Amino acid sequence: MAEWLDDFLFTYENLIHALGIHGLLALSMYCVMALGQLSLGQAAFMGLGAYTGALLTLKLGLPFWLVLPISALVPALVALVIGGPTLRLNGVYLAISTIALGEVLRVLYINAESLTGGALGLSGIPQKASLWLVYGLLAVCIAGFWAIGRSRIGRAMEAMREDEMAAGVMGVNLPLYKLGALIASAMLAGLAGSLAAHSNSFIGPNEYGFEAAVTILSFALLGGIGTPIAPVIGAFVLTALPELLRPLADFRLVFNGLIIVLAVLFLPRGIVPFRLRRAP
Amino acid sequence: MSALLSARGLTMQFRGLLAVNAVDVDVAAGSVHGIIGPNGAGKTTFFNLISGLLRPTSGSLTLDGQDVTALPPYARTRMGLARTFQNIRMFSDMSVLENVMTGMHTRLKAPGWSALLRLPGFRAEEREARAQAMELLEFVGLADKADGRSGSLAYGEQRRLEIARALASRPRLLLLDEPAAGMNPAETRELAVLLKQLGQRDVTLLLVEHDMGFVMDLCDRITVLNFGRKIAEGGPRDIRNDSSVIEAYLGSKVAERLAKAHGA
Amino acid sequence: MLSQQLVNGLVLGSTYALFALGFTLIFGVLRVINLTYGFYFSVGAFVALWLARSLGASIWIALPLGSLAAGLVAVVIDGILLTRLRRTKAGELPSLMVTLGAVLALYALMAALIGTEIQRFPFGFVGSTALEFAGVRVSLVQMLIVGTAFVMVAVLFLLLQYTRLGLMIRALAENEDAARLMGINVDATVVAVSFLSGLLGGAAGVLIGLNFNAIQPFMGEAMMLRGFAVIIIGGLGDIRGALVAGILLGVLEVLTAGYLSSNAKEAVGFAILVLTLWFRPVGLFGRAQVKRA
Ligand SMILES: Nc1ncnc2c1ncn2[C@@H]1O[C@H](COP(=O)(O)OP(=O)(O)O)[C@@H](O)[C@H]1O
Ligand SMILES: [Mg+2]
Repeated sequence: MAEWLDDFLFTYENLIHALGIHGLLALSMYCVMALGQLSLGQAAFMGLGAYTGALLTLKLGLPFWLVLPISALVPALVALVIGGPTLRLNGVYLAISTIALGEVLRVLYINAESLTGGALGLSGIPQKASLWLVYGLLAVCIAGFWAIGRSRIGRAMEAMREDEMAAGVMGVNLPLYKLGALIASAMLAGLAGSLAAHSNSFIGPNEYGFEAAVTILSFALLGGIGTPIAPVIGAFVLTALPELLRPLADFRLVFNGLIIVLAVLFLPRGIVPFRLRRAP
Repeated sequence: MSALLSARGLTMQFRGLLAVNAVDVDVAAGSVHGIIGPNGAGKTTFFNLISGLLRPTSGSLTLDGQDVTALPPYARTRMGLARTFQNIRMFSDMSVLENVMTGMHTRLKAPGWSALLRLPGFRAEEREARAQAMELLEFVGLADKADGRSGSLAYGEQRRLEIARALASRPRLLLLDEPAAGMNPAETRELAVLLKQLGQRDVTLLLVEHDMGFVMDLCDRITVLNFGRKIAEGGPRDIRNDSSVIEAYLGSKVAERLAKAHGA
Repeated sequence: MLSQQLVNGLVLGSTYALFALGFTLIFGVLRVINLTYGFYFSVGAFVALWLARSLGASIWIALPLGSLAAGLVAVVIDGILLTRLRRTKAGELPSLMVTLGAVLALYALMAALIGTEIQRFPFGFVGSTALEFAGVRVSLVQMLIVGTAFVMVAVLFLLLQYTRLGLMIRALAENEDAARLMGINVDATVVAVSFLSGLLGGAAGVLIGLNFNAIQPFMGEAMMLRGFAVIIIGGLGDIRGALVAGILLGVLEVLTAGYLSSNAKEAVGFAILVLTLWFRPVGLFGRAQVKRA
């Protein structure tokens, strides 16, 4: 590898890791928003993946190839419990119960000290998530969403987003699609969480709360959800910007919150407003 | 003739209001069946019950001999039911062609993983679907707009696109809720021609329409609803001469005119 | 022991009920899950704190003025964030997202300006006397909480049932278009509802600030978890349901802390929330409209 590239990777390694992981989180948000659902539990699912992964590695010493799928499975089960009943209800029920999930898990991580290390979190997690793995996964996921988006499944998803009732009348099994999307998104967020845990070597209970949930939402809102790449671009911009705008310091969260307000009010298609063509 | 769809004692109550009140209707296979009645008579609610968007307060529905009263909309679509809406419901951001292909949802069988891997089977099915969608668009006269954004179509074009989208599932029973509403006389005549051709394609039609000439010309059998109740049923000639229908209709029409005149 | 806990639970529950009342009122009438609601709670507490500390105001001044300030803030925030979305009938999820972004920004701004350390009311702000009946201690603060909650709830009920404004609010809750046709000034009613909900949220903030004597910008965020649980258990938009569910949650939390563990207390609300979703999504009294139209 060229020497400058080595230097570059060394200097910005954390940032580059974070970009890839945030890209995966943005895709997990895309996965539910693409069919008009709003989950605010992506941070919570990420946290479940992170804690599951870290504990399996630290306490049981399981190999990483086994840790990763289990880190995706645990949030999937929780998504099933929360999503099962809400998906037949008005969309606000899913939003509310997923925010509440994040809050309650944060308290549980803090209180279950013997297992989770309490407020101090878990540290000394071996750094097993290589950049290759993170970006390989990101590329595969983008390609996967792209391919699915150009099939009848993608058309059904966009139809649901535009007019759920009409989509049902077209023969789309609405509860199945919603549950499938929520579970897929929980798995993706869980994977991202586990990868993050195995690249930062430290996790703590406050990383997966309300603020993280809002930040992940802002990725998808800023980027848009017309194509799978759009939310990833949103994540890259919002992850790199604060890094460049260090002086924002305490006001970083103000900035993230305002992005959401402005995007919903004035930029409903995001900064990458193109839409995937869904016919051959 | 056997009944493709039967409603028995179908009732829908919204709080105090009986929007559909103990209605019995049989729609014969292969027929064109009209539902008429003044505004607010419960026609759209009746359609919502048939398509599964509403659960009836009581009563039952059978489609092709099977009880479908408790089935969700998608399951009824799989059984051969399709509909259009009184207030057009387009997937506006999608292209015209994509709208029609969305209507094929229940017919496309290639599994998700074959789409993921873009296997030849999946691609062949998509090509075939596109060709069929183009045929439907030609049938309704929208082939030249296939790649345009559906939300940008003119009103009458959107109505025709909705019909094409509904036909894409190859329904046996097609419900049309005021298909000619908002169309000019020329468009309405074209629509009647189109619907007559559908009859020859083995599609049973159940349609709600206000344009009496249109209904009388097209329908084999007509059911009249007023305040949620069925007040008459028969062939076009019987209905035209039925005194209770004339009264319900003219009564309300006159009332409507008066109301309009006062409002203006 | 048990009766003391029941009393404590009742007191805690009254604050939950008061808090959730405004939250569910917004949804019931305006069809928005307004997440900035937790911020009104913080505003009420901080304004009361500032009045008490800087101007030496008594509780009888600080409580109403704190609530009033929260009510005004609610009107301004609702106007800025939601007017446009209401006009375009954007639906429930975009409104929810806007308020979500805004509340994060507001908390962060407040924390950056005021700091996040816990602040307290001046010593002796509310006397520390307590009454004892049959071994059950009820402090002055607790009586104040229950009394205020009771009065505010009663006034809200009377207002909704018997005044012209109440009629307008109920009409708007029923159907916005119909209300407009009936000649109801919808914009003014929206303002009134925002103000009332801010008032309730602000009062709950002052009272809970008093109860724990710990005030901090993010206190509203922690409270929202209870708010979510209560409005779902009671049935979204159902005022009576929120009242009963709030008190129920307070009692159950205190009992859980007493007989199980204080850790489990935090999860009680969420557990009942999930059970409600599975088994009774229409809420306690079955009046929530859970389906999309
Ligand atoms: N979802 C609903 N909730 C309450 N009332 C309804 C609903 N849908 C329709 N209605 C009422 O039911 C009656 C029949 O309406 P509708 O079926 O639309 O009549 P039509 O299509 O014959 O004009 C009307 O009075 C209407 O206001
Ligand atoms: Mg109608």
